[in-house]
Amino acid sequence: MTKPKSAYSIPGKQGKFDTHIIVVWVDNEAGVLARVVGLFSGRGYNIESLAVAEIDPKLNISRITIVTTGTPQVIEQIKLQLKKLVPVHKVADFMRNDKNVIFKEMALFKVVGNESKRKKAIKACKKFNAIILDKTKKSCVIQITALRREIDLMSKSLKKLGLVSLSRTGAVAMTRGSEIFR
Amino acid sequence: MSKLYSGAEIVFKCLEDQGVEVIFGYPGGAVLPIYDELKNFSSVKHFLVRHEQGAGHAAEGYARSTGKAGVALVTSGPGATNIVTALTDAYMDSVPIVCISGQVPTHLIGTDAFQECDTTGITRPCTKHNWLVKDVKDLAKTIHRAFEVATTGRPGPVLVDIPKDIQFQKTNYTKYKRQKKINGKAQKHFNQSEIDKLINLMSKSSKPIFYTGGGVINSGPKASTLLRELVYATGFPITSTLQGLGAFPGDDNQFLGMLGMHGTYEANNAMHECDLMINIGARFDDRITGKLDEFSPKSKKVHIDIDPSSINKNVKVDLPIVGDVTEVINSVIKTIKKKKTNFEKSNKQKISKWWEKIEKWRSIRSLDFVNSSETIKPQYAVQRLYELTKNKDTYITTEVGQHQMWAAQHYKFDKPNRWMTSGGLGTMGYGLPSAVGVQVAHPNKLVIDIAGEASVLMTMQEMSTAVQYSLPIKIFILNNEYMGMVRQWQELLHDKNYSESYTAALPDFVKLAEAYGCVGLRASTPEELDDKIIEMINTERPVIFDCRVDKVENCFPMIPSGKAHNQMLLGPNDQKENKITGKGKTLV
Repeated sequence: MTKPKSAYSIPGKQGKFDTHIIVVWVDNEAGVLARVVGLFSGRGYNIESLAVAEIDPKLNISRITIVTTGTPQVIEQIKLQLKKLVPVHKVADFMRNDKNVIFKEMALFKVVGNESKRKKAIKACKKFNAIILDKTKKSCVIQITALRREIDLMSKSLKKLGLVSLSRTGAVAMTRGSEIFR
Repeated sequence: MSKLYSGAEIVFKCLEDQGVEVIFGYPGGAVLPIYDELKNFSSVKHFLVRHEQGAGHAAEGYARSTGKAGVALVTSGPGATNIVTALTDAYMDSVPIVCISGQVPTHLIGTDAFQECDTTGITRPCTKHNWLVKDVKDLAKTIHRAFEVATTGRPGPVLVDIPKDIQFQKTNYTKYKRQKKINGKAQKHFNQSEIDKLINLMSKSSKPIFYTGGGVINSGPKASTLLRELVYATGFPITSTLQGLGAFPGDDNQFLGMLGMHGTYEANNAMHECDLMINIGARFDDRITGKLDEFSPKSKKVHIDIDPSSINKNVKVDLPIVGDVTEVINSVIKTIKKKKTNFEKSNKQKISKWWEKIEKWRSIRSLDFVNSSETIKPQYAVQRLYELTKNKDTYITTEVGQHQMWAAQHYKFDKPNRWMTSGGLGTMGYGLPSAVGVQVAHPNKLVIDIAGEASVLMTMQEMSTAVQYSLPIKIFILNNEYMGMVRQWQELLHDKNYSESYTAALPDFVKLAEAYGCVGLRASTPEELDDKIIEMINTERPVIFDCRVDKVENCFPMIPSGKAHNQMLLGPNDQKENKITGKGKTLV
């Protein structure tokens, strides 16, 4: 790479990237998601997946779960910057490989094909809490809940079994045991 | 039943309750109901600008010179988009601004109505927070909250977008009671053990330095008083960022001058060599640190900042202290007094070697320049301006470029809130409207915009504002016909390819001044400079001063491309020293 002529700042050493799950409790008001997402895009942070819904209609609180990658310094910045936003109440941060936290994503598979293929598909999904949501003579819709990479694998292996449509959510997370994050 | 007020009236009720005396604004369709109410609220004086950007910068100048929030009032659509630059500028430099913008009526939002734009969407990344008021009942609460957000914690701009129908609708208004909460957002507060650690580090250090920034100014005048007390008590050297100038007297011996890209040789070398860096209210900006990997490699770093997200953002620090600068310094001083009565004396001896080293660096006199008897050197012009105005309580604003750096290097400030410059965003055109705002806040003080001819043309229209309200601002233009800093970088880094940095057609600034109805002065030789400056100071009307300076003077010292603090480029006068350090010339 040629050295830039007039760059005052030259990028330093890059740290190791980790995957984190950031959970943000926010006021459920207009534009709040744009504020959170805008902060990520504006400061160049990654978003791998995103899940958001209101969890307390009385207090008007929504819970946003963001899967992101970054160096420890970037993850720290993400948390501190999020905490500065006016509608943000609290921010939690979990490593993806944290054994004390449960992560789940949901996926819907539409499989079209003959009976034997469909049966194979359903069988393959079994270990991921497969639920058949819709059935016709030619097709079925299967719901599974699993980890991201498991869904990635499933969608790959279902391709040859007639997978025609895939819809999946972002990850949601919750700590194990009786404790909750404050 | 209590009296009902319209949304427009509530806007002014809120401003009155917040103690707002001055607003800068520009009317338009979507704020007409608010402008209609202006006549009924005599405690709020409106200043009509010529462009909404000018309103924003004027509000900034007002805010930075008073410590109060500046208020701007603009219309929807282009009114709002025009003030975006000023809001971003205020966001980068942590200036409290409350911007009230009109919006098309609620039922027209989203229909691409005339003068509609997504104001809250556009300003979301350049404000601390913004609100679109959809119900008149929320209006008062929102405006008061806006002031709270703008002025607490790390200050910054906020925007309240008010649709026109909301301005007409009526509701109750209950008088605002100021709450004593520091911030709506819970702040992590520093504790005594952190202060003890700091004092422990200070007493162990043999090469300490204070590195102070705009946070000291933002924390209020008391912070500067306490800072001085602390610095004198410890005998440590102190350097300041561009924004922090004035917190500590610029002509004091303990002050090493500004640091960073165009900072002094002694300040940058001291930063590089120190073993303890105490950052008070600064943010390790890239113009300060230079090459991050080689930034102050041997030091323990302490960072005092009110914003937790500033800590460890660019530079990893050893001891973060989150809190308001005033409170932190106060408790440091108290602890020193309580615990180590002998601290001051013992430490002074310890660091005398350090001072010897600093004096050696200082003897290089890195701010020196080759003066001329034929042409006015821009540095000389700033020096003369300083000498002739230092006995008055002068307020200086600047535009952005070489002149800004020369002003920072050669104008010595001894009080906070006297220096208004666009540091973070680097907005050309900031200085003139900012001077308008400063003069509005301090009608009887001398307010000078040290300007460049390219920058000042960006917001020149605000001269008309200054004339309308008889604001005797002085626009001191260092006119070299070039965008000087661009030209300098092209000379040093782009093989002297002066691509588009020369302005081939400039207005006659003296005639321009006359056209605006103010006074134009010109100085072309060093002999006439003093007389002309005195004439400018004694003129009780706005002045545009066309100071014709050397066209190709460069701003030194300079930390070049991707270099560390100890690899500075010195001016032509110091070629010899340059060779001694062996590093300075690597670039050219």
